[in-house]
Amino acid sequence: MLWQVLEGLSQDSAKRLRFVPGVVFADEGAACGQSPEDRAKTLAEVKLVLQTVGFPWHIVALEEVFSLPPSVLRCSAREPVGTEGAYKAAVDSFLQQHHALGEEKQSRPCPQHPQGRAGLPTASQTEALSRLFNSVKTLTAKEELLQTLRTHLILHVARTHGYSKVMTGDSCTRLAVKLMTSLALGRGAFLAWDTGFSDERHGDVVVVRPMREHTLKEVAFYNRLFAVPSVFTPAVDTKAPEKASIHRLMEAFILRLQAQFPSTVSTVYRTSEKLVKAPRDGCAAGSPGPRCLLCMCVLDVDTADSATAFGAQTSSQLPQTQPPVAEAEAPTVSRCRSGMGRAQHCCRMEEDDPRARVIEQLCYGCRVNMKDLPSLDPLPPYILAEAQLRSQRAEAEQEIQECLPEAHEDGARPGATSAEQEGADGRVACDHPFV
Amino acid sequence: MAAPLSVQVEFGGGAELLFDGVKKHQVTLPGQKEPWDIRNLLVWIKKNLLKERPELFIRGDSVRPGILVLINDADWELLGELDYQLQDQDSILFISTLHGG
Repeated sequence: MLWQVLEGLSQDSAKRLRFVPGVVFADEGAACGQSPEDRAKTLAEVKLVLQTVGFPWHIVALEEVFSLPPSVLRCSAREPVGTEGAYKAAVDSFLQQHHALGEEKQSRPCPQHPQGRAGLPTASQTEALSRLFNSVKTLTAKEELLQTLRTHLILHVARTHGYSKVMTGDSCTRLAVKLMTSLALGRGAFLAWDTGFSDERHGDVVVVRPMREHTLKEVAFYNRLFAVPSVFTPAVDTKAPEKASIHRLMEAFILRLQAQFPSTVSTVYRTSEKLVKAPRDGCAAGSPGPRCLLCMCVLDVDTADSATAFGAQTSSQLPQTQPPVAEAEAPTVSRCRSGMGRAQHCCRMEEDDPRARVIEQLCYGCRVNMKDLPSLDPLPPYILAEAQLRSQRAEAEQEIQECLPEAHEDGARPGATSAEQEGADGRVACDHPFV
Repeated sequence: MAAPLSVQVEFGGGAELLFDGVKKHQVTLPGQKEPWDIRNLLVWIKKNLLKERPELFIRGDSVRPGILVLINDADWELLGELDYQLQDQDSILFISTLHGG
């Protein structure tokens, strides 16, 4: 992908794009089982290419997901769009900066942007990553997990360094394959975000795909004719047979169809353009609802929807030992008292089953992927921490909501105060994990 | 009655993985009765250059869909694909655009 992005950036001098770009390279050698020598060789090649480009560059290793903070999984509020005056000021400052850089470049032949990487990943992190990827049973789930972790990592880098947009080099062909693969994986609800031009699900950082109108053939020809340097790294599915994963199968299917019907890719692409990002039915415009823990799209599963076959399938994944729904329906005054005990009881119980706690916060596509991960332990800690935080927050909210109406229904002062007290206590009991 | 030909065969985009990582090969095709065309070249490559996993490069008579072929920096579709007759000092480039190898 890197050479595709570079190609886009290398058009700067002709088109004078009005932004300050940086380049990030995610080293995924550990996930692919590459030896350290191979990884070092690839990194050296990549550094060479990045230095000739001249933009600030960052090299991050996939192992760094183990030190990501849980805030990566939270959707931050988007910064307000500037006014006309602010835009002009921004362009002015950019031109000044460019001018200054130009002068600097003449005095110093290679402006060193010493971003690089913080340090080589530790052996234990590499091992943890290999353990995580080796524990995944299927190649499909491996590829999906890799994509998710890579997205989180790049998002973190963008937020840390103050970038508001991330450009990826997905071409028309790759997006057509991605669209069909997402459909097969149960991510049909999020096609518009996964394959559209801009993806604003993360709030403050927007992912854009400027190359989505060029087919891979065009890109390959361009790179060849204009001698764009490229670095090739093996991926998780290199040399895998055709039916090893859904991604590979779909790629083979589309490319084979394209060979006989040359309009296949463009037809799929045009269809993806027509997809509209509509809010979910029944949701108020202001509150979009809970988001998936991993892919951060608005959840497409209804936890209360047990009447339909889809609902039955998704809710049957929760273990039978969890009775919070049954307890919430008990309409007694003393429920809040037992409610407080329930909160602690539930916290204890969910500690016994963290898997259910994580699974119920995922969208359907991510749940299907998690089926191929027998244990959630090897997952990076930020995912598990955020899952715990969200479930405790949800419990506390439910707790408060159930306690307060009870007080109104009874009408008795002592009952009300005791209920509120219990509610407050319940809140306090669940509040301690909040920072 | 074709004379021996000397052509340059290159691999890119990951296809070189199937050829021991070597990107450029200067090959001399031996003289044979029929003229050399891409079809014969592919058979020759499969027999002599391809080190592993032939199904990742060749499919039936032709290359696997997803592998681009450039003859002298021009798309092979413009030159007749498999029926293009090779000439001396031609340069054939195979670029893999597939995600996995």
